[in-house]
Amino acid sequence: MRLILPFAGLICAAILLLSMRQPIAAPKMQLSEYGFFEGKMADLKPAKGVFPYEVNAPLFTDYAEKSRFIYLPEGKKMLYKSAGAFELPAGAVIIKNFYYAQDYTASEAERLRTCRILETRLLLRDEKGWKALEYVWNADQTDATLEVAGASTPLSWVDAHGKKQQIEYAMPNLNQCKGCHSYDGQFVPIGVSARQLNQAEKSDNQLLTWATNGWLELPSDFNPATSPCMKDYRRLEENADKNATALAARAYLDGNCAHCHNPHGPASTSGLFLEYDQADPEKFGVNKPPVAAGRGSGNRRYSIVHGKPNESILLYRMEENDPGIRMPELGRQMAHQEGVELIRQWIKQM
Amino acid sequence: MRYFIFHSFYLTRLLIALSGIFPAWGLQAQADIEKQLQTRMILAEDGDVIELPQGFVTLSNTLWLDGKNNIVVRGAGEGKTILSFKNQKQGAEGLKVTNAKNITLQDFTIEDSKGDLIKTQTVNGLVFKNITARWTGKPKASNGSYALYPVQCFNVRIERCTAIGASDAGIYVGQSDSVWVTDCYARNNVAGIEIENTTNAWVWKNKSEDNTGGILVFDLPDLMKKRGGHVQVYDNEVKANNYRNFAPKGNIVGKVPPGTGVMILATNDVDVHHNQILNNKTASTAIVSYFIAETPIKDTLYNPYPTNIRIHDNTYSKGKRMPTWKNKLGFIFWWKFGRKVPHILYDGIQNPDHLDASGQLRSEYRICIKNNQNGSFANIRADKIGLFKGDISKDIRPYDCSK
Repeated sequence: MRLILPFAGLICAAILLLSMRQPIAAPKMQLSEYGFFEGKMADLKPAKGVFPYEVNAPLFTDYAEKSRFIYLPEGKKMLYKSAGAFELPAGAVIIKNFYYAQDYTASEAERLRTCRILETRLLLRDEKGWKALEYVWNADQTDATLEVAGASTPLSWVDAHGKKQQIEYAMPNLNQCKGCHSYDGQFVPIGVSARQLNQAEKSDNQLLTWATNGWLELPSDFNPATSPCMKDYRRLEENADKNATALAARAYLDGNCAHCHNPHGPASTSGLFLEYDQADPEKFGVNKPPVAAGRGSGNRRYSIVHGKPNESILLYRMEENDPGIRMPELGRQMAHQEGVELIRQWIKQM
Repeated sequence: MRYFIFHSFYLTRLLIALSGIFPAWGLQAQADIEKQLQTRMILAEDGDVIELPQGFVTLSNTLWLDGKNNIVVRGAGEGKTILSFKNQKQGAEGLKVTNAKNITLQDFTIEDSKGDLIKTQTVNGLVFKNITARWTGKPKASNGSYALYPVQCFNVRIERCTAIGASDAGIYVGQSDSVWVTDCYARNNVAGIEIENTTNAWVWKNKSEDNTGGILVFDLPDLMKKRGGHVQVYDNEVKANNYRNFAPKGNIVGKVPPGTGVMILATNDVDVHHNQILNNKTASTAIVSYFIAETPIKDTLYNPYPTNIRIHDNTYSKGKRMPTWKNKLGFIFWWKFGRKVPHILYDGIQNPDHLDASGQLRSEYRICIKNNQNGSFANIRADKIGLFKGDISKDIRPYDCSK
């Protein structure tokens, strides 16, 4: 026994090391194998180490609803950054589920009952960097399977206005994930950033909650009010003034366009930069002629023409559904009516 | 060597034959091929050869290769492997290659994508070889912008490729460095071959005909890569580029007059020599500043003037054809010259900072023109021109740089 004990320690250490060398980043065939959710999978009830998050200016993807979670390995925390994505520890996973109810005119209980989860996208952090994995849910809603080449499925629902919508719902392949999640060619998260996560106007700011729970390292002098924070464009009041509309519009463009349209993103070729903090009007499109838009220009001369939404290329590409014209290129087949209206208002009020 | 199992000639043939008998099954098979190809591209390892199947393959989504090194994507030959995006549902491009090193694309036909046919971005070491990239049917504004489109790439070779029907440019090299375009054929595009904000480009032994403009060398403002230049254009056949301009408005090539042979816009150090520039009815060779675009410039780092340009030893002819008057520039030529538009046209707009004490461009900025066969010339002095006034100079002597 005396002989074995020291060895037992060694063996334990070895097992521990080995298990640590089996990072969660190793792709699993089934989503259930990660154990992110407990109970019935489709309820998406987070297991230990998994917590939900909300973004201020979400990306529109054909009216899909999304639920977002972060998994952190035991004892590890995220590091706050004021610009760009937070630093996440190796082993961390960002989890995003896409779902639709059958009928958006129905009661909440009914919507919940008829909910269909289509896909779960994972961003996994390992020692080397980030990678993406796509999981497609089965019809029984019991699990989701890894699909590197993406997939598509017919989908229909009744929207909030009672209109039946029908699309071939597309789920991305791994390269398409990087089509948006790219900074100087490196894979990066988008939504896990100060301007998307800082809920400066809310009393229960999620950043502060996470700091309290030990999930996030905040600077000691962190002040939500003076830190980057985008307006939630969905909560724009009906009679909003020009400035409020502009803030909402810029948040919308950041959330929906700036992942590519920034000097380090895939659309750096275009010279059109739509980040929330882009101060140069020419760079965010005012009187800017297109570079390689081709027929995407729609016979309009500038990205944004002051006061003239119908002469602005930006709006044209948001309204069109042709794959050679529409923007964003990926993630939507339908126009986002509310988004289009917001940008129209903003340009009109310029 | 890893072979791709499904590229078998007979299997593809069988699938195509069956698709005639069982249409739905055929579609399913096509979708399977698409999925397998995309999977193959995602899982490719360093050194792999990805074989494209022989036959007519219909695709609904962009095929995308990202972050790979030393990959060859190879078809069975032009016209033998045909990737058709006629029914494309998603993604604007046909084939896309990004963030990669040493990629060779060869031996296939690719057609009818909604956006660009082949777009490559941030690739170092890139070969396009024996590729036909085209939009079928009559050229139209709803065709995609570029057939072959390397952008932000290094060390690019485009050889023995054909580009047809692009509503912007057939072969378009943008914001790149160290580029060869040779033995290529461009027809029925707005611009046949365009080199834009690109440094160290050699464009030789190509044939560009029946486009709106044959070969364009442009520098534009507001881009990440600020300055192109050091471009050689030689031994090309630039013929009858009189096709109507079908580019959607708003795009710079929309301003190129039908009947343009070679156009140099705001670029530095361009050498155009030993080309056959024939039957281009409006401007066989135009040397112009960005002011011609009549678009305000807000990019303070941008140089809108063409500088250090050499046009020599080219052969010109066109007979007595009217220039186009469906375009402002063309209209001015028509108004000023009628049928006798000189072959080499210079807009004459110069940066005052580039001039010496005698009012001539300093030697490092000069426009040099000599030894062209049939190389008639005019400086249209576009800064002073009007319909009823004008100060056109046909004196070619100031452009003889041996003096």
